[in-house]
Parts: sequence; structure tokens; C-alpha cells
Amino acid sequence: MGVEPTSFAWKANIIATIRHPPFCRGTRIRTEIKSSQRTRAAVALYPVYALSVFIKYSKVFSYSQSLLIYDIMVQYINMFKKIGFELNLVGQCKRYGLPLWQCPQFLFVVMGIIIILVSILSYLIGARYIVSPETVVLVVLIVTSILFVISFVITRSFERLAEASRMKSEFINIVSHQLRSPLTNIKWTFEVMASEEFKVPAEKQEEYFINVRENIARMVELIDDLLIVSKIEQGSFTMSKIEVSLKDLTRDLVERYRVFAEASRIKLSFYSQENLPNIFTDSSLLKIVTENLIDNAIRYTRGGGMVEIKLIREKDKVLFAIKDSGVGIHQKEQRYIFQKFFRARDISKERTKGSGLGLYVCKSIIDKLGGQIWFKSKLGKGTTFYFKLPIK
Amino acid sequence: MKKILFIEDESTLQKTFGDVLTHYEYKVISALNGEIGLRLAKSEKPDLILLDLILPRMHGFDVLKKLKQDSETEKIPVIILTNLEKMEDVEKAIELGAKTYLVKTQYKIEEVLDKIKKVLGE
Repeated sequence: MGVEPTSFAWKANIIATIRHPPFCRGTRIRTEIKSSQRTRAAVALYPVYALSVFIKYSKVFSYSQSLLIYDIMVQYINMFKKIGFELNLVGQCKRYGLPLWQCPQFLFVVMGIIIILVSILSYLIGARYIVSPETVVLVVLIVTSILFVISFVITRSFERLAEASRMKSEFINIVSHQLRSPLTNIKWTFEVMASEEFKVPAEKQEEYFINVRENIARMVELIDDLLIVSKIEQGSFTMSKIEVSLKDLTRDLVERYRVFAEASRIKLSFYSQENLPNIFTDSSLLKIVTENLIDNAIRYTRGGGMVEIKLIREKDKVLFAIKDSGVGIHQKEQRYIFQKFFRARDISKERTKGSGLGLYVCKSIIDKLGGQIWFKSKLGKGTTFYFKLPIK
Repeated sequence: MKKILFIEDESTLQKTFGDVLTHYEYKVISALNGEIGLRLAKSEKPDLILLDLILPRMHGFDVLKKLKQDSETEKIPVIILTNLEKMEDVEKAIELGAKTYLVKTQYKIEEVLDKIKKVLGE
């Protein structure tokens, strides 16, 4: 005797979501976070579905218990067959590089099965010893929810471990690639200069030397950024706080960048409130942040645009705002902006050579100095970055 | 004189490698990104295309796909010249129709030149 499965609208939704995931651009890691979220969603919803069927059918005594249980198992297995292939558990687990039993997706499926079995078991035990069906259902619900929470916590922690190990290897991949590009440039330029067969004329030699110097600077910049990042993450950053005039610091940087801005016909303006108080902070760290923000603003603004810097006092804090008329940041990518190596899609169109660490470093420093950093942006219109630092 | 289209965003390499190719009497056409590269491939009809993978605006693989889809450019041999070295990238490149795949840091300039000569049938 077959049982007509109740058609829940969201059952179809689960399958639809897995078949057509929202278009996910960006780094590989974000794709993997999304796919593990999908796995969790899929597996989490099945015990819930099974439970709801329990609740519905347990009131109808014309079905024998064994049929009910059989029905649940069959439906779960069928659906899993449909979904399991698409989830590609083994593939996902391989990408983490962890043994199967540590892989969060696999664990979650195992937990799902355990939850179902325990639900069935508690239903059987409850139905035997408890008279009212409503109480039985309540007991089953409570037991299942507790198990659910436990399994969620367990798989979440394994998931964090797996993500951390993936980010580490991705980090190493990205860094080695970024170092390779300038290294190839230097290597090949040197080969040509050292070649006996190919005599480099005098004018070309000057060009080649400049190339080598630029590429060395690029590598140094990347390694410096990495060292800062490493120090920040290990907490071994030594700060020496002194009284710093943000106005003077910014003004010096603006003068230095003026030529760079003018080269692209970008109007660079600087306004500071009168009597802006000095702030008690680390001067070199603050310089790194300010320089990074100014550099970004100019670099990502098209020729003929403008960059405006404002310094204002707000109660017991000093506010730095830098506004540009540049490419802007897409709404969907805004929350990833401060992540390591994140390059917004539209930025990569302009420049493939940056280290991708600038904003991550800025945020880490400002956080460490006890301030806040944020931004407002509209794609195609421009971006304004802000940071606030306490005066004391 | 054989024409070589060099699609590469690193201006250092455009200069250095470009000079070497010119010295060996190839005509070098430079393209700093994929879109320019595709346009020049159609208009100049080079004898060989050197293609980097990490390019602004378009990934090298997308450029390769478009080159092979267009009847005017599909016959032009393509050598991938990149620093990416994962097995999947190499396989994908060959699948998409590249003649050969060279990892820049593993090859000396003369060795790259030898490969170019081989592909051009010299």
C-alpha cells in the first residue's frame, strides 16, 4: 500500500536551489562556502521534513507503525539519491584535502541519518509507553531538536577547521603566483641583458634597468605587506603611540601624491578643520593606512576625475574621509572588501598587479588602533572611505 | 616575415620579449588585454599567438575560446605563456585548442623561442 507523499512547496524549493545556485562570482573560497551552505541546508531540511511527516501521520492510526517508518526511510533515500549526486560529497570533501570522516559535509549527512534514526526510535519508544499521541510527538520533537543543535555545532567547528586549512593553501597559491610575475620579468630581462648573442643597444639598457628596478620594488612591496599581515595576525605588532598631527601627516602625503594625480588629470584636494586636535596613536601605522587609501583613490579614479580628502573633529574622535569619483564597488561585493586578497571584479579590470592586501592591512591597523573604518560606494559613481580614531 | 601577436599585460615582458622577437626577425604585435588581443587577431591575422592567462577584463581561457570560435582566427596556433601551473589549467588549455602550454618561470627565453620556431614549422 503506497503512501502519497505530501507535497510541500519548500521541498521543491530545496531541489530548485541546489540545481540553480545563485550565480556566485568571486574567489574560489566563497564558492566553496556557498556549496557547503547548500549541503547543510539540504541535509538539514530532510530530518525536518521527516519529522513533519511524523507529526502528520502519527495522528492517523490506520497506518501501522512499520509502514510509517518504511515510508519515511524510502522517501529519504529517494530524495537523497536525487540530491546526493548533485551535491557531489566526495568531490567537495576531496577539495578540502581532509579524510572523509573529518569532512564537514559528510559529517552533516551522517548526523542527519543519526537524527532520523533517533527520531524513529524515540517515536517507537514514546508510542509504546505514552498514551496521548500529542505527547509522543512532543517528545520526538524535543529529542530531535536537541540532537539537531548538537550536530550543527559539531559540523560548524569542523567546517571552520576545513575552511581555515583551505584558506591557507589558497593563500600560498596566490602569493607564489604574485611573486612569480615580477620574478619572471626580472629573470627574462636579465637573460636578455646577459646574452652574448643579443647585444642590447645603450638606450634599451636604461629601459631594462628601470624594468628590473620596478619589478624588484613590486616584490618588496608584496613581501612587506605579507609581513605586516603576518604580524597583525600573530598579534606581535609593537605599537609606539605618540602625539600625531593627522593634518600634517595627510598634507605631506597629499603633496607627494600630487604629481601622480596630475599625471592622470585627477584633481586632488585636501581640507582640514581649523585646530584639529592631535591624536595619540602610532604614526607609522597611521601613515600606512592613509597612504593606502590615497593610493587606491587615485589609482581607481579615471582620468579627469577628482579625489577629495577631509579631516573633521567629531566629539572625542577625528574623522578622515576620502572621496573619489572612481569606478565604485558593486553592491554584492561590498562585504568582502576588507578580506585578504579580495579584488573586486571591476577593479581587476583596471589593475591585475596589486597585492590585494591593502584594505585588509588598513582594517587590521585601524582596529588595532581602536578606531573604525568603513566606506560608502556606488558602482560607476565613486567611493568614499572613512576612518575614525579616538583622540586619546 | 612572420607575425606574432603577444597578448600579455606585463609591460616589462612586452618590452623584453618583444625586443627579442624583433631581433629574431618576427613582427611583434602587442596587446595588453584580451579584448585588444581579439581585435588585433582578426585585423592583423598573425601567424602565431602568445597568450597569457591572467589578463585584465578577460581571462586567457575566454580569449582562447573566442579565438577558436571565430572562423577568421581559429586556425592560428596559440601558445599559452603563463605562470599558472596547475594540471587542470594545462588540461583545459589543450582541451580548448592551444598548441602548447609554457610556464614562464620554467623556461629560458631561448627555449621559448625554440618552441615558437617548432610551432611555426621552421
